[in-house]
Amino acid sequence: MYDIIIIGSGIVGSLVAYDLSRYRLKVAVLEKDNDVANGTTMANSAIVHAGYDPEDGTMKALLNVRGARMYPQLCRDLNCIIKNTGAFIAAVGEEEEQVLDVLAARAEKRGIACELLDGDTARGLEQNLSDNVTKVLSIPETCIIYPWEVAYAAMETAIRNGVELFLNTEVTGIDKVPEGYLVKSGTQAYEARMVINAAGTGTAAIDHMVSDRVDFEPRPRRGEYFVIDADIDYVSRVIFPVPTAKGKGVLAVPTVHGNTLLGPTSEPIEDADKKETSFAGLESVRQQLQKTMKNPPLRNVIRSFAGIRASGTSADFLIEELPDAPAFVHAACIDSPGLASAPAIAAYIRDTFVGKYMPLEETPDAVMTRPAPVVMKNLTPAERDAMIRRQPLYARIICRCEQISEQEIIDCIHGPCGARSIKAVKKRVRPGMGRCQGGFCEPRVAAILARELHIPLTEVLLDSRNSRILEKENR
Amino acid sequence: MMKHYDAVIIGGGSAGLAAAVTLKQNGLENIIVLEKDGEAGGILQQCIHNGFGLQTFNEQLSGPAYAERFIRQAEELNVPVLCNTMVTHMHADRTIEYVNPEEGYQTVTADVIVLAVGCYERSRGAVEIPGDRPAGVYTAGQAQRYLNIDGYMVGRKVFILGSGDIGLIMARRMTLEGAKVYGVAELMPYSNGLPRNIKQCLEDFDIPLYLSHTVTHIYGRDRLEGIDVSAVDENLKPIPGSEVHYDVDTLLLSIGLIPENHLADEAGIRMNPRTRGPVVDENYMTSVPGIFACGNGLHVHDLVDFVTLESSRAAEGALRWLKKPQNDSADILLQAGEGVSYIVPGHVHADMAQPCELFFRVTAQFDTAEVLLKKDGEVIRRTVRRKLMPSVMERLKLNPADLPADGSSLTVEVRERNTK
Ligand SMILES: Cc1cc2nc3c(=O)[nH]c(=O)nc-3n(C[C@H](O)[C@H](O)[C@H](O)COP(=O)(O)OP(=O)(O)OC[C@H]3O[C@@H](n4cnc5c(N)ncnc54)[C@H](O)[C@@H]3O)c2cc1C
Ligand SMILES: Cc1cc2nc3c(=O)[nH]c(=O)nc-3n(C[C@H](O)[C@H](O)[C@H](O)COP(=O)(O)OP(=O)(O)OC[C@H]3O[C@@H](n4cnc5c(N)ncnc54)[C@H](O)[C@@H]3O)c2cc1C
Repeated sequence: MYDIIIIGSGIVGSLVAYDLSRYRLKVAVLEKDNDVANGTTMANSAIVHAGYDPEDGTMKALLNVRGARMYPQLCRDLNCIIKNTGAFIAAVGEEEEQVLDVLAARAEKRGIACELLDGDTARGLEQNLSDNVTKVLSIPETCIIYPWEVAYAAMETAIRNGVELFLNTEVTGIDKVPEGYLVKSGTQAYEARMVINAAGTGTAAIDHMVSDRVDFEPRPRRGEYFVIDADIDYVSRVIFPVPTAKGKGVLAVPTVHGNTLLGPTSEPIEDADKKETSFAGLESVRQQLQKTMKNPPLRNVIRSFAGIRASGTSADFLIEELPDAPAFVHAACIDSPGLASAPAIAAYIRDTFVGKYMPLEETPDAVMTRPAPVVMKNLTPAERDAMIRRQPLYARIICRCEQISEQEIIDCIHGPCGARSIKAVKKRVRPGMGRCQGGFCEPRVAAILARELHIPLTEVLLDSRNSRILEKENR
Repeated sequence: MMKHYDAVIIGGGSAGLAAAVTLKQNGLENIIVLEKDGEAGGILQQCIHNGFGLQTFNEQLSGPAYAERFIRQAEELNVPVLCNTMVTHMHADRTIEYVNPEEGYQTVTADVIVLAVGCYERSRGAVEIPGDRPAGVYTAGQAQRYLNIDGYMVGRKVFILGSGDIGLIMARRMTLEGAKVYGVAELMPYSNGLPRNIKQCLEDFDIPLYLSHTVTHIYGRDRLEGIDVSAVDENLKPIPGSEVHYDVDTLLLSIGLIPENHLADEAGIRMNPRTRGPVVDENYMTSVPGIFACGNGLHVHDLVDFVTLESSRAAEGALRWLKKPQNDSADILLQAGEGVSYIVPGHVHADMAQPCELFFRVTAQFDTAEVLLKKDGEVIRRTVRRKLMPSVMERLKLNPADLPADGSSLTVEVRERNTK
């Protein structure tokens, strides 16, 4: 019997687990995928929005502002990368300039620093800003993170504090039982007093397993992007167009590792699992980008990808207990700014719902910080030397683009929520994220995974459960 | 104390080994080859097919056998080859940082550095194919490594995008291992592979080559399930409605090779945007004095014999430079004119004492071509060649007498001969 079952290990589920792991509670996380943070948290713009954008009086406004303020400390505690790049919202023409005034007023009211700049001043700071841009609202507080790093770092820490994570565990049914809920996954069943449904695009389907009064419908929206080579310095802060009724528009976003993201589109799709890119979508990124940016570095694209927003018929986040299912809480319609809000969503769920049903008693041995993993690239020569003397495999470079050693890969496989696939390794230590995109190191990473997990090479997965990379041994 | 070498050769593939051997044979004693893999030989080690060394040894050797000859030669000459050793940084003052399990992080200096770092394959990101991102999409070199080094097949029902040589060789190799190769799609109206590979790897196995075609969609959530292949128009844009679907579990990409240019970039070496390798002079010296480049790390070669040849020339160039580091004579630019995509070297000095062989590639197919060497717009040499194609590297001899005394530039141009 668990006190709490969390469904989903995206940024929301992971941070809820992390937050609850400081209390005397028995918590389990059920995740259908074979790795944490493989859903929307894996494919987004990675921006910690400062919180000027959501309309007054919404949950989005409340939680975004709070969440953004929690991130710097959270990232310090978890040893995660966060960069305070700032952002520009770029207006073209008078009508858009008026929107900037509205946003500026909103920002000031919420205590978010901002400044209006004329086009030329802005171009002096961001040389690839389009010549058509007439005015810019500068938001110095905006940060960028490495979203799935925050999620797995939080989950790792939660696991160290006793939270149980069940991967490859898709929730397929839920029974109401006297003491709470029986959450089923195939032939397995897990009982808990309370359930927190943080299943991203899967939230509605799970709600329907316990409730007849689900008051929203999912309307997933796809967003497609290009990733630009880290050698190209295109922007040094996030550049937004002025938001319109159609959405936030196409941005240029620096990433914490020096790449640039161009995107996303926003297009309704039927199937929230379809993370494919499309010819039309990528073309639309190219077109829309021209509104605010010039010299798009499209010759230096190293890949493209798509992410699916868990949008729904509610424009605002829905974080509530279901009316006909006590102690069953969902975090639904967590589209943008879900990432920025996630730490505050976790705190809100704790204070509003968990506290209502169970005592929040801190355990003295909970450790809420995460030791920094060894990243050889960031060490001084003397420090590297010392590491290599302890473990020579820190000197065997597997990924030449990102200069990642064999031991760093081994470390991430054996961590508390260790990597089980080539992509999971890539998420944690980044071999294959550089300019050769894994052409050179992928076979080597596969061999290390096979050896460390004691599985044959033919069982090594690229990503999902059925994504074997090799067909058979050729003997 | 920082170690100092007469020469450090970065990369122990065919280029690095040939350069090292030549340096040593000419009396440079204190040299070392740094190789990041567990053994020397480079890409040759995974090319177990025959077809290496026709020019150098007059024999058809396999890749590893060709490599073995140079590895042995280096051994006999006592050239130390440090394996499992990755050069992580190279600076313009000719300091090099490397790392290996025995010595940890080391910084050394050298009078001469030879960059012989090979190339890497363009991957899916570079061609932006819409669709899913399942397992089952590999670069041809990856599939080659899985098969020839690790002993695993990547799949059974195969399509190949791009007609580069590695893809062609893998078409044959996988067919022989029992896979079905449905075809090769090439974006351009001509093949990017050597004619002999088209014949021996595709035609002899009845594998169709679709010129002016490309893959326009990838299907499959977990493992590849299928692809769409479309014809393209003159602007290389897919023609709507021309899609043909193939149910395949494997897509190999053979869409080009790019010199490994990390280290050169870091040292601030001037690069040629066409080759994507360094710009060199007749001594194969880059824009940073004392740093030389050769092999696939300079420009991508189709035949190893030319890599060997070029690399020992680079070594000779380094020896010449060591004797006379200062050269104030005029710099003559060698420009790729119409019909030529690039020329290596990119410039020569006016006082060049001996003939220099230029390597170049053409931009399109030519049936009967005139190759023109021009000075000030005036043709100073004209040769006629049959059947030029972008996949085959061409050579042209440049004599000291060809050089303009005033330091202006020379242009190489290729055009179809007028049939009047
Ligand atoms: C294109 C795009 C750009 C964005 N940009 C930003 C941005 O810059 N800033 C920002 O703040 N927000 C941004 N967002 C929003 C943000 O990414 C999301 O709000 C956030 O990642 C949602 O996290 P989550 O944990 O709710 O969902 P997810 O990360 O999707 O996690 C849900 C998890 O639940 C699991 N699951 C689903 N069904 C089941 C089941 N039946 N059983 C078990 N497990 C299940 C899934 O496998 C998944 O791991 C963007 C979103 C998109 C799509
Ligand atoms: C798959 C393939 C098939 C081919 N088939 C044929 C054929 O049939 N016939 C033919 O004649 N030619 C063929 N060629 C062409 C020819 O064999 C190659 O061009 C030639 O071997 C390249 O030699 P290289 O030394 O320049 O590069 P490589 O062989 O790639 O050597 C470069 C070496 O440098 C090392 N290195 C790189 N960076 C670093 C660093 N930072 N620190 C330390 N070491 C480093 C690498 O590990 C590698 O060993 C083929 C080429 C390829 C790629």
